[in-house]
This record gives sequence, structure tokens and C-alpha cells, in this order.
Amino acid sequence: MTALSIAIPGGIGAILAGLMFTLLRGDRKSAIDLAVHIFLAVVMAVFLAFLAAKAIDNPGGFLEILVGGLLSGVLYSLVALGFVLIFKASGVFNYAQGAMVLVAGLALVRSLDFLTASGVATVVAVPLAILFSGAVMALCAFVIEKWVLRPLLNQDGLTLFMSTIGATFVLEGLAQMVFGSEVYPLKLFPTDPMILLESVFPGGILVNKLDVWGGVIAGVLVAALALFFQYTKTGRALRAVADDHAAAQSVGIPISWIWFIVWLVAGIVALVAATVWGTKLGIQFSIVFLALKALPVLIIGGFTSVPGAIVGGLIVGAGEKLAELYIGELIGGGIEYWFAYVLALAVLLVRPQGLFGEKIIERI
Amino acid sequence: MSVKTEMPVAPAETVPSLAMVMAEAERRPEADARQRLTTEVLLSVEGVSLSFGGVKAISDASFDIRKGEIRAIIGPNGAGKTSMLNVINGFYFPQQGVITFKGEKRREMRPYFAATSGISRTFQNVALFKGMTTLDNMMAGRTLKMNKGLFWQALRVGPAVAEEIRHREVVERLIDFLEIQHIRKVPVGKLPYGLQKRVELGRALAMEPELLLLDEPMAGMNLEEKEDMSRFVLTINQSLGTTIALIEHDMGVVMDLSDRVVVLEYGRKIADGTPDEVKSDPKVIDAYLGVSH
Repeated sequence: MTALSIAIPGGIGAILAGLMFTLLRGDRKSAIDLAVHIFLAVVMAVFLAFLAAKAIDNPGGFLEILVGGLLSGVLYSLVALGFVLIFKASGVFNYAQGAMVLVAGLALVRSLDFLTASGVATVVAVPLAILFSGAVMALCAFVIEKWVLRPLLNQDGLTLFMSTIGATFVLEGLAQMVFGSEVYPLKLFPTDPMILLESVFPGGILVNKLDVWGGVIAGVLVAALALFFQYTKTGRALRAVADDHAAAQSVGIPISWIWFIVWLVAGIVALVAATVWGTKLGIQFSIVFLALKALPVLIIGGFTSVPGAIVGGLIVGAGEKLAELYIGELIGGGIEYWFAYVLALAVLLVRPQGLFGEKIIERI
Repeated sequence: MSVKTEMPVAPAETVPSLAMVMAEAERRPEADARQRLTTEVLLSVEGVSLSFGGVKAISDASFDIRKGEIRAIIGPNGAGKTSMLNVINGFYFPQQGVITFKGEKRREMRPYFAATSGISRTFQNVALFKGMTTLDNMMAGRTLKMNKGLFWQALRVGPAVAEEIRHREVVERLIDFLEIQHIRKVPVGKLPYGLQKRVELGRALAMEPELLLLDEPMAGMNLEEKEDMSRFVLTINQSLGTTIALIEHDMGVVMDLSDRVVVLEYGRKIADGTPDEVKSDPKVIDAYLGVSH
């Protein structure tokens, strides 16, 4: 190893970590905070320098892992997005988001199976199945708003959280009772790998087509949601409710209708997540644990920020894949499963509100 | 002063559109001030009692608000003024009493019903949609006036666009009136307090209310801002014919603006009348100066 091959990645790592240190620290300036932050910055610098060295060593391979990680992070983003939408609009931490992905997925795959089995052409069956599962999500939203949220209006956040845990079990049980509880393969997107940029890197970059599809669909969904929130009356009302319940009521925005819409949108986001995830691994009960992966994403991105959910998901997706491959070969595998939580812990130490979250200042 | 209330004037047949009236107001700033007063009761509160657990916020309070007047609600801190506005606007449900708005008796209001039937309000501690721009905040005030379906909105074609443009026009006129053109696209969380209060007034006005409730519209303002706000309140009342109920601590402002004043103390009404009557009422003087009996 030449001196240069250590200096360049070392420099890159130090600069990036220094940037993060200054950007994210905020105004917490006590001595202990400073010590913790410097420690984290040094660890971060070493990690980034290590990655930079690997990237310089084999840019094609690095890019392949990075792209793969980012695309699988899209799924985390989608689940986190469902959380954020509901948390912003109603202040409820919706534990049932994972169960909603399961319900959406089961409704989709089972109705699709039923339709194709009864001889409907795929071109017709797919939109019909999507419509049906959309309707199931609408029903979920309606029932949850009417029988869970509305009776608990103005209750403590913890009460609402507990009620969503209850809803989780009901949804999981009902969905499996109605639709069955096996592993159902879903074939909506091509899953074969493809090779990109062959002329730039030797051997090119291997990417799974499904991941690309997932990325594109998620991008379209997020763009559509952003436009809807920004430019329509209902979108404006949604943002208004998210900002201030009482003020929204005072201008005559019907809160329960808005809550229904929010849960419906979260349901549709869950449906999209289920579609992508289901094509990858089949629709099965373990989808609900996706919600657990969304938790570190939310802590990293901030509970109240839509861009935060997206960026957080991408960071976790890319971070865990890179860590798994590059650090895993040094200290043994399995890093993928806990890396996101370590990252979330580091963010909590530096910036408790998350990268994009609002800082909550309370008068005491 | 008491003569003005006895001038019999027929109530306006229809509420003209806000845009029309704003144009009118610009042409003819000195509207006939005294013509607006009638004896027709717009809202009345009878025997309202409200308590939170063991704490009585309002006990057996009755008063009315006449169409076209500026009605002030004053009283020392903790007298139940804001609670009273919250009752009128449907945020609090009183344990006893009846609220009659436009002839319709109700045990309790609901925020949505209050908004749809023509009551809008501002809040003591500015309650704006902080992440949204001035324009969006005021457009949110038009929510009830806009009725094109979600489907058209989502597609952003046809009727929904035409509707958006029409309401945008009304809001732009209001923005001109309130002299906040320069902050149209600024997220309101970034605005100074005085301007936030003005945007909040704009949002309440965008609803084209019949009854406008202002909770301390001038709190925390400097003299110049207070003068601006007083001017807006008077113009709204005189040109738009909007009935206004306001809570205010600045006695100078109250005496100048209001037609009638109701005074609350410890949740009870202790005086009700014209500013002059109230000013010289010994009970009011006691309440404010803390004279013991």
C-alpha cells in the first residue's frame, strides 16, 4: 500500500465526517456532548475512509453494492413514509403499518390468484386486483378512523399507540383468516438481473430488475403525493391538520374526513410496498416485521418529515449493504440485521429530532 | 352614544361576495358607519356554565351579540373570556346553557358546524399552519367554499382548476387589503409576530364569516401595529358588515372600537353596556383595580 492510497480515502473520510459533524450538531454544546460527537465523528471518518478505499480499489463493485443497497432501501422508505403520513396528520404512531402492508399484499395476491384461476386475462386481472386491494385498504382506513381513532380523539399519544398495537393483531388475524396464511408468490414484475454500464466498468454493474422497478414506482408515488399535497385543496387541508388541529377545525376542515384520507393514502403506500416486497419474497406473515426496520429509518430521518423517511430509508438500505459486505468480511457476517439500529443510535446521540425532523421546543 | 343602537335599519338581504365588497370598500372608504347597527340579535348565549373538573371557568353567563356591531369581551386574567369564545366556536361544550346563532338554538356548538354556519375566529397564541405559506394559509380558509371533488382535484383538470383560480382571486384581494403582498409566499412560521396575527386575521376573513371572533388581536403589538389592526377591524366591520366579537386587554382600543362591552370576572358577567356605561360602572372599576368590599 502506498502512502497515497491511505491518504486519499483518509482525507475523503475526514472531510465527510467533518461536514456531518458541523451540519448535524445543532446547538447542543456541553462538554460531554462535544466528546460524544467527536468520538462519533472519528468513528464515522474511519468508516467512510474505509469505504472510500474500497471504492477506489474497485469502483464497479462498490457502485453495484451501493445501487443495490439504495434500491432495497426504497422499500424501507415506503414503509417509513406510511408511518410519517399518519404521525404528521394525527400524531399517532401507527404500529399497524406493517400489518397494513400484510393486509394489502394478501388482498392483492389472493384476488389476483382467484381472478387468474377463474380464467380472467392477466391484463384485466391485475388492475382489478389492484382496485380490489385498494378498496380493502379504504375499508381498513374507514374502520380504523371510525372505531379506533374517533372514540379516542384528544387522548394521550400512548393510548393511541396502544390502540394501534391492538389494531395490528386484529388486522393480522382477520387478514390471515380471510385470505389464508401461507406464502403466496406474487409475479407482477420481472425479477431477472440485468447488467448496466458495461462499457465503463469491467464486468458492468449487476442490478436486479425488480429493484429498479421498485425504485421507479416509489419515485412516481412520492412525486404524485408531493404534487397532491402541494397543489390540491385536500392536500392543503391535510397539511393544515398536520400543523394545527384546532386551527384546522376553526376554518371548517372536517378532521375525521382528513384522517380517513391520510389512512387511505398510508394504505395505498402499504399496497405499493407489499407489491414490491411480495415480488421479491412472496407475500407472507413476516412482512409485518418490515415495520421494525422502519423504526430506525424514522429515527434517522425524523418522525415528522416525508423527505426524512425517504432519505432515511436510502441511508439504511445502502449503509447496511455496504457494512455487510465490507465490514462483514472483517468481523463476520450478520451486520445487516443490526447496522440500522446502531446508525439510529448514533443519530439519536447527535440529533435527537432526526436529520429532517422539527426540533421540539417546549416551554417549561 | 346610546342613540345609535335605536336607528332602525333593515338587515342586508344577502351577504354580497367578498370580492365585490372589497372593491366597494376601496372606492368608498368612509362607509356610513352608523347604518350598520341594528337590534337584530345574531348570537345569544344564555345561562352558560362551563367547568373543568372542579374549576368553574364560566358560571351562568348570558349576553347577546347584535348583527353588525363590534362587541368587546373584557375582564381580568382568568375571567373566562377565551373559554367563552371556545364555547361559541364549539371547542368547549358547556355543561349548562343554550347558544342561539341565527335563530337556531343549540346546547353546544361543534367546530365544523360553527365554521359552516359562518363563525370564524383567531386565536390568542396565533394558531397558523406554520409550515405553509401566507397564501396557502389563507386558501385553507376557503376550504368550505370550495366543493369540487377529490377526483378532479387529484387530476388537476377542469372544474377544480377554475375553482382554485376563482378563490385565489378572492384571497389575493384580501392580501391587498391587509397589506401583506410582500409575504405571500413566505412560510408563516418565519414571519414576525405582528404579521402572523395579520395573516391569521386574513385566514379568518377568507371564510367570509358573519361573526368574526378575535381573541386578543392586538396582544404583544407595538403602537403602530395596533393602529393598523384597529383600522382593519373597523373596515371589516363597516364595509363588509361583519359582526365582530373581540377580547382585548388594551382599554383604549376597546373603548374606541367597540359598540358594546361585556365584562366578565371569575366566569361571571359583572357588567354589560356601552363603553361609557361600563367604564363608569363601580363593579368594573373594582374588578380592575382590585378594591375590596
